[in-house]
Amino acid sequence: MIKNKKKNESRSGRRRPVVSVALLALGLAFTGGVYAALTASTASAEVDLSSPQVIDQGSKLFAANCATCHGQQAQGTANGPSLIGVGAAAVDFQVGTGRMPMQANSAQAPVKPVQFTDEQVKALAAYVASLAAGPAIPTESQLTDGNVANGGELFRINCAMCHNVAGAGGALTEGKYAPELKNVSAVHIYEAMLTGPQNMPVFNDLNLTPADKKDIIAYLEYNRANPSPGGLELSSLGPVSEGLFIWIIGLGVIVGFTIWITAKSN
Amino acid sequence: MSITAKASNYLDERTSISGAVKEFGRKIFPDHWSFLLGEVALYSFIIILLSGTFLTFFFQASMTPVEYEGSFVPLKGVEMSAAMSSTLDISFDIRGGLLMRQVHHWAALLFVAAIGLHMLRVFFTGAFRKPRELNWSIGFVLFVLAMAEGFTGYSLPDDLLSGNGLRIIDGMIVGVPVVGTWISFLLFGGEFPGNDIVGRLYTLHILLLPLIVIAFIGLHLMFVIIHKHTQYPGPGRTEENVVGYPVLPVYAAKAGGFFFIVFGVVALMAATVTINPIWNYGPYDPSPVSAGTQPDWYIGFADGALRLMPPHLETYWFGYTWSWNILIPILVLVLFLAAVFVYPFFEAWVTGDKREHHILDRPRNAPVRTAIGAAGVTFYAVLWAGASSDIIATHFKVTMEGVINTLQILLILGPIFAFIIAKRVALALQKKDQAIVLHGFETGRIVRLPGGQFVEVHEQLSEYERWQLVSFTDNAPIMVRPNDRGRITAGIRWRSRWSRFFFEDRVAPVTQTEYKQALEHAHH
Repeated sequence: MIKNKKKNESRSGRRRPVVSVALLALGLAFTGGVYAALTASTASAEVDLSSPQVIDQGSKLFAANCATCHGQQAQGTANGPSLIGVGAAAVDFQVGTGRMPMQANSAQAPVKPVQFTDEQVKALAAYVASLAAGPAIPTESQLTDGNVANGGELFRINCAMCHNVAGAGGALTEGKYAPELKNVSAVHIYEAMLTGPQNMPVFNDLNLTPADKKDIIAYLEYNRANPSPGGLELSSLGPVSEGLFIWIIGLGVIVGFTIWITAKSN
Repeated sequence: MSITAKASNYLDERTSISGAVKEFGRKIFPDHWSFLLGEVALYSFIIILLSGTFLTFFFQASMTPVEYEGSFVPLKGVEMSAAMSSTLDISFDIRGGLLMRQVHHWAALLFVAAIGLHMLRVFFTGAFRKPRELNWSIGFVLFVLAMAEGFTGYSLPDDLLSGNGLRIIDGMIVGVPVVGTWISFLLFGGEFPGNDIVGRLYTLHILLLPLIVIAFIGLHLMFVIIHKHTQYPGPGRTEENVVGYPVLPVYAAKAGGFFFIVFGVVALMAATVTINPIWNYGPYDPSPVSAGTQPDWYIGFADGALRLMPPHLETYWFGYTWSWNILIPILVLVLFLAAVFVYPFFEAWVTGDKREHHILDRPRNAPVRTAIGAAGVTFYAVLWAGASSDIIATHFKVTMEGVINTLQILLILGPIFAFIIAKRVALALQKKDQAIVLHGFETGRIVRLPGGQFVEVHEQLSEYERWQLVSFTDNAPIMVRPNDRGRITAGIRWRSRWSRFFFEDRVAPVTQTEYKQALEHAHH
C-alpha cells in the first residue's frame, strides 16, 4: 500500500510531458484567441473622428510618439515634414501599416508591426485631420465592387512600372523601393493612392477618379484571391526567378539523374 | 521463326539495313554523367518540337486588334492583338493548353541551359581539340540559334513583357548609326511596333530557325559518330580505342529511358510551376513598362551589358548620333561570342599541336585553358547578374546604384581574379597529384622504428590509379625558331609569346625515372 501511494505521488508530483505540451498549447490558444477576438473587436469599432475626446486622445498620443520629429504642433522639424493638411488618410496609412513611427532615418520607412491599436491610430488620424482639411479615410463603399478588367489596365499603366505587373514590388533609385502589394489591405491601397506616401506620387481624384481607384483595388483583390492558374508563382518575379529555377532545380534534378544513370553498379 | 525475326528478315531483305544496324549498334559510348548533357539538350529540343506543334494548332500569329472574350475575368473586354488573345485561349480555354505552353517554355529554358552546360563540359575537358574543332563551331551555331529561337518565341504572345523585350531590341537596332533606322523600319514594317512583327517572328520561329537547328543537330551528331566519342583518361583507354558500352542494347536502353526521364522532369515542372504568366502582363502597349522586366535567362547577359554600361556616352559625328552606350555593349557581346567561337582554333595555333585528341583533359591539367574558362564564366555571370540588378537590390536590401557600380567593377576585375585563382588552383591540384604519385597516400599510421624514430607509413597508388594521374598531354612553351625560309616572322614571335603565356607555369607529368627514384628514396 505504501509503495503504491508513493508511486501515485511521484506520478502526480511531476506532470507528464504530454500534459505540459497540451497545457501549453491550450494556454497559447486561449491567449491567442482572446487577443484575436480583442483586436477583431477594435478593428471593427467605429471611431468618430470629429469627437473632441478622440482628438484630445490623439493629441496626447501625438505629443508622446510623433512630436520629436514632426514638432509639437505637427508643424514639422528638420527631421520630419509638417503634417498640417495631410489628412486622416495619410496618418491611417503611415501608422496603420507600421511605417510610422519610423525606427531610423533611411531611404524609406519599411513596413513593420503596427505600434498602436486601431483605436489609437484613428485617434492620431483625428488629431491630424483636426489641424487642417485633408484627405479623409475612405469608407467601405469606396473600396468594393470595382471592375477588375479596367482595374488591371489602369494598374499596368499607372502602377506596374514601380510595383511590377503582379504587384510583386520593385526597386527605385538609391535604396528606395516600391513595396509588394499582395498583403496590403484595400483601405491602405486607397489611402496610398490618395496621399502618395514615402516615394509614391499622389494619384488625386482628377488623375485616377474614385471609380478608377475602386477598379484598381478590385484587380489587386482578384489577384490575391486567385492564385496563379499555372502553379507556383516563384514570387511573381518573372524571368529572373524562372531562370534560377531552371538552373538550380530543373537542371539540378536532371544532372542528378545523369549521375544515377551512369553510376557503376556494385 | 518468331514474328520479330520474320519481320526483321523481311525488312533486311528489302533494305539491307542490317549492315547499318550492325555498324551503329556496335558504336561504343563511354559512361560518364557529363556525356549526357548534350543528350539533355537534344531531348529538350524534341519536347519543344512536340509541344510547339500542339501550340501552332491554336495560336494565331496576327496583330489584328480584337476584344478578348475568353474566360479569364481580369482581361475580359480588353482590346488586344489576336496573338495575345489566342495565347490566352490556349492558356484558359483549350484543354491541356496551359500545360503545353508551360511544357514548351520550360523545355526551352532547359534546352539553352543544357547547351550551356554541355559547352562548358566540352570546353573545360578540351574536347574541342583536333579533330573536333568544326563540331565546336557547329555547336556554337546551335547555341546562337537556340537563343534566337528562344527570343522569337518569347516575343510571339505579344504581351507586355515580350513587347518591352522587342522595344529594347528595336532600341539596339536603331542605335546603330546610318543603317539602324532603316533596318528597324524594314523589320517592323514601319514605325515600332507596327502590325507585322509577330507574323514575321512566327515564320522564323516555326519554320526557318527550327529547320536550321535540325540540320545542324544532324551535322553535330554525324560528327559525333564519325569522330567517335571522347573519353576521360583511365587504365586501358588510349587515343585509339573507346571504352564503354555498345549502343545496342545497353546504351540505347539507357538513352531511351533517359528521354522519358527528361520529359517527366519537364512535365512535372510545367504542371506545378508557373512560367511566363502573360495574363499578369496583359496585352502589349508601348506606354507601360513593368518593374522587374527581364528577358528569359539566356538573353540576360545582353540585357546586363546594356544595364552596366555607364550613361551619357554619345557623340555627334558626320551628322549622325553615335550612341556609345548602345554600340559598346553590342560590340562587347559580339566580341565575347566571337571569342567563344574561335577559341579552339586559337588554342590549336598556340600549341601547334597537330595530333588527334580523343582522351579528355582533366581541367587541372590545362591550367591556363581552365583559367580562361573561369574568366569567361565570371564575365558572363556578371553580365547575367547585371540583368537582375533591380531584383538583387530589392531582395538584398541594397541600393540599385550600389549593385550596378559593384557589378561594373566586377565585370573588369572579376575575370582577372578568376583567371589567377583558377590557374593557381589548377597548378596546386597538379602538384598534389604529383606528390601523391611520388610519395603515395598518407595512411595516418605512425610506426616507431627500432632506433626510436617515428615515421608515417605512405601507401603507394595502384598501377591503375597512378596511370590516371601521370598520363596527360604536356605542352611546353614554343621557342622562337626561324621558319623554313630562315626568317623569324611576327607571327612566330606572337605565337611564342602566347605559348609562353599558356605554358610558362606548368607541372610536367611524373616520368618513370622520377617515380623510380622516389621509390628508392622511400625505401632508404
